Amino acid sequence: MADVRKKVIAIIAEQLAKPEDSISESSHFVDDLGADSLDTVEIIMAIEEAFSLEIPESEQEKIRTVGDAIAYIEKHAKA
Amino acid sequence: MSTKGGLLEGKRGLIIGVANKRSIAWGITQKVAEAGAQLCLTYQNERLGENVRELAADLKNPLLLPMDVGSDSQIVMAFDEIRKKWGKLDFVVHAVAYAPRQALEGRFVETSREDFRVAHDISAYSLAAVCNAAQPLMAEGGAIVTLTYLGGERVVPGYNVMGVAKAALESTVRYLAADLGPQGIRVNAISAGPIKTLASSAIPGIGSKLKAHRSHTPLQRDTDQLEVGDAGVFLVSDMGRGITGQVLYVDGGFSIMAG
Repeated sequence: MADVRKKVIAIIAEQLAKPEDSISESSHFVDDLGADSLDTVEIIMAIEEAFSLEIPESEQEKIRTVGDAIAYIEKHAKA
Repeated sequence: MSTKGGLLEGKRGLIIGVANKRSIAWGITQKVAEAGAQLCLTYQNERLGENVRELAADLKNPLLLPMDVGSDSQIVMAFDEIRKKWGKLDFVVHAVAYAPRQALEGRFVETSREDFRVAHDISAYSLAAVCNAAQPLMAEGGAIVTLTYLGGERVVPGYNVMGVAKAALESTVRYLAADLGPQGIRVNAISAGPIKTLASSAIPGIGSKLKAHRSHTPLQRDTDQLEVGDAGVFLVSDMGRGITGQVLYVDGGFSIMAG
């Protein structure tokens, strides 16, 4: 599912105004990419919108890296 | 974006509460701009100011000002700026609410005095403060619209002190409408169905509320920001000239259902 990876990185790049090639699966939103709490919420919401998902709050708290997001989407996305 | 003869052509409006593109305030902004209004957008802090500046790039000649509604001096400064730039104001959209996160977790009965105070200050008192600051600029009359939610009338689990503050807000609307009516200033609220926004993402179980809304609402779909925006255009325009002190439900009909 290279598509998911590409899409997630594009969303995060846009949200944080960073070049896509500076983002990898191991990138931590806060520690590596400098996201604040607002950015983190916005990234989750953008992912929900892009993949037609509703991520429960308890799961949202666990998504802290790009890889976490991709893994969650691959497990839960309809399609 | 504007067309000649729009419902709000020549009107000047202040929008409080844009945080990002999902904000209800932004849905209303797009619709009142489309109807021809010239707009001032305020932002709570510099961080949200970045978002607001980016969004406002699509508007014609917007006035962008910092204003934290929790601060009397910031309210004075913002309205002073509007007075200097415009000299008058036709409408205000008040779309702000806040409760400390811990007050939305657990039981309402355990709400602390401070959390109760802050929720009411930001979510209800701020409407009175803003109306008071706006009235000198509304010598020719005006319209004010705020945003409420069904949780102000009935118990919505997890909404807690926010619901109590919304009840205060709805009552504030009625008292303001009575005070300001003789000056030709109307004050109304829109009670919107649940919408996923930056603010509502703090409400526990917002996802399941959205699902319940979808399956129990006569129109069988989510309420969106733009349909709230259209209702806002109606209420602040001359089309709403006979309406004040009311709560208008834009919720797909959810509030009429008993199950």
